[in-house]
Amino acid sequence: MQHDMSPSHADKNHGSLKSYTIGFVFSILLTIIPITVVMSGWLAGKASAIILMVTAVLQLVVQLIFFMHLREEKKPRYNLLTLILGLIILLVIVIGSMWIMMYNMVAL
Amino acid sequence: MWERVKTFASEFFVTGDPLIYGADVSIVITILGIVIGLTYFNKWGWLWREWLTTVDHKKIGIMYILAAFIMLFRGGVDALLMRAQLAAPEMNLLPPDHYNQIFTTHGVIMILFMAMPFMFGLFNVMVPLQIGARDVAYPFLNALSFWLFFSGAMLFNLSFVIGGSPDAGWLAYPPYSGIMHNPGVGQDFYIWGIQISGIGSLMTGINFIVTILKMRAPGMKLMKMPMFPWSVLSSCIAIIFSFPILTATLALLFLDRYAGAHFFTLDGGGNPMMYINLIWMWGHPEVYIIVLPAFGIFSEIVSTFAKKKLFGYKSMVYAMMIISILSFLVWAHHFFTMGSGADVNAFFALTTMLIAIPTGVKVFNWLFTMFRGKITFETPMLWTMGFIPCFIVGGLTGVLLSVAPADFQFHNSYFLVAHFHQVIIGGVVFGYFAGLYYWWPKLFGFKLNERIGKWAFWFWNIGFYLCFMPQYALGLMGMTRRVVTYGWDKGWWEMNLVSTIGAGLMGIAFLFQVWQIVYSVKHLRKDETGDPWNGRTLEWSIPSPAPVYNFATLPHVTSQDEWWEEKQRRLQGHPAPAPVKIEPIHMPKNSGIPIVMSMFWFFTGFGFIFDWLWLAIPGLVGVAACMLVHSFNYDTDYYIPVEEIKRTESAIRGVTS
Repeated sequence: MQHDMSPSHADKNHGSLKSYTIGFVFSILLTIIPITVVMSGWLAGKASAIILMVTAVLQLVVQLIFFMHLREEKKPRYNLLTLILGLIILLVIVIGSMWIMMYNMVAL
Repeated sequence: MWERVKTFASEFFVTGDPLIYGADVSIVITILGIVIGLTYFNKWGWLWREWLTTVDHKKIGIMYILAAFIMLFRGGVDALLMRAQLAAPEMNLLPPDHYNQIFTTHGVIMILFMAMPFMFGLFNVMVPLQIGARDVAYPFLNALSFWLFFSGAMLFNLSFVIGGSPDAGWLAYPPYSGIMHNPGVGQDFYIWGIQISGIGSLMTGINFIVTILKMRAPGMKLMKMPMFPWSVLSSCIAIIFSFPILTATLALLFLDRYAGAHFFTLDGGGNPMMYINLIWMWGHPEVYIIVLPAFGIFSEIVSTFAKKKLFGYKSMVYAMMIISILSFLVWAHHFFTMGSGADVNAFFALTTMLIAIPTGVKVFNWLFTMFRGKITFETPMLWTMGFIPCFIVGGLTGVLLSVAPADFQFHNSYFLVAHFHQVIIGGVVFGYFAGLYYWWPKLFGFKLNERIGKWAFWFWNIGFYLCFMPQYALGLMGMTRRVVTYGWDKGWWEMNLVSTIGAGLMGIAFLFQVWQIVYSVKHLRKDETGDPWNGRTLEWSIPSPAPVYNFATLPHVTSQDEWWEEKQRRLQGHPAPAPVKIEPIHMPKNSGIPIVMSMFWFFTGFGFIFDWLWLAIPGLVGVAACMLVHSFNYDTDYYIPVEEIKRTESAIRGVTS
């Protein structure tokens, strides 16, 4: 059934060897960097935490662009809309939790 | 050896309670009855081919609804036991620990294993028919969702006779649900039952979003779609964003219990309040997830039985979308008393009050749809009429609860209990019943008996008000939720007794509904028209029950309420559109993988619950094997030949071809 109606896979290019290689190199780099930072002990505490988070976010972006083909989506761009809504809700969850829990440090 | 078996069995099975021994006996008798019946009538093959392996959305929907009814029975018995215990002061019907288990399972079952499958059942049976599709976007995934839900639900229900039920409330707040205070397996049953069925819920959410966005009949623009699919879309958006939060939260709780982590413990850097914060980020959207489809059902029913176009179609759409997003911004109102400070409480009180606005818009839309309509009061409309006042009162007490300073008085009192039962029974349950009565003829080809249905409706309604109105007063008098008993000196006896009588009436109402179904099957009067209510949307344009491919030729939609407009055109003497040439129809093949894979999930869950890795690891291997087998299976679809379609069509439509 899904073959009938869902966007067919035949009519558009799903990336090239070049884009896949670039994506692969980027994602490997973004994995090696945090591992080296933690294992070698170059940075400690807040600095290493920031590195971890930044590389994690960049990794997400690389995955979305090179492997999830976010740029190649045809209109209407449901995937992009869903991603934006997801990011908004993610921000609500993180910021909201931090705000709510700020007053609840009794357990620490 | 015998001694060891005896010790194991006495820990493994729940012992010592006559109620549970009674349940053991009835479970064994039921299972034996089913097995013997199937063998005697030689129906195993039929069951496997027609139901257990089906990917047909209509059959999956029917199985969901059947499961929901069984769970409604179990949750209802829990409720009646609780009400019996509270009927008079200082009752000893249920010991406190058993009472704790019963209110926990009542809540979990009613929300997650009754309301959710009932809702998914209605999604399944109606969304493809209403948008003119032949199945959902991912039929295999749909079957898998159902069986995952089913094995999760069975796992959860098993806790009642094996190992012991969870007893930490329906949301299992730590630290009480942590390993330190709750070392038994009950909480593990809770975690795994919900996790396994939660995967199914998430997949259903994705499935229906794709179905609605991608599979509408030609010409059906989003803004020409019936209101029920719109409500399903808004509900599914909330599902795909909120269920991952539940899964993550319960996974953290599992790590706390299983691996000795300290996310929600009181020591080691954990914070139990964080669990409460996280679980309500799912818990609040969840209540909107279950009520939004009910709003969609009421919109369909109101316009059908008032014989008018729905008033304010666009405002209805926007209201539902706003509710589904806004539902993510209110969660802290469930724990105003946590002490997050005035700013936090003020913010969440305001967002909560804001939700009342789109909800109010919808109520006015329904009322204006009825205004000057030619209303008839068949059972679906009756439930709708029962819903509106009930939901308004429930909503208004919700606004009272959202006033943060006042909430410090209402919090965890029977006022709250009465409020959420009023919105959930008055909104969700009435809505799903309305939908079931409305669409029953489409599912099975005959109407349910109206007279018995009216008895059921009035018993439900009167029982509801008798049960829950006194609870508002009891809450204000200081009765807190989850108390197992109370003293004679409190002055709570009379109203509790009234409340118990009301609960009993609702129990009788349920029996009326069962009788109604049995009676209607026995005195079957087949509906030949396929359109018994003079409906407005596409599902009524095909015969009932719908053939396996739903639409022999896909309809071309030009307006909202397409089928109604089509009937008007025919009345005005316009010729019916020329029959389109029938072409072979592409359909998905049945598959046994969903049920087998869900069984492996069941074993995995059971293994983790009892910490039996010899069962959990083979279970997970089985799950992976099922995925691989399905990945390499290319024989997933087939074509129904034109000849067969013509034969089926002429058989069900009489001689029209």
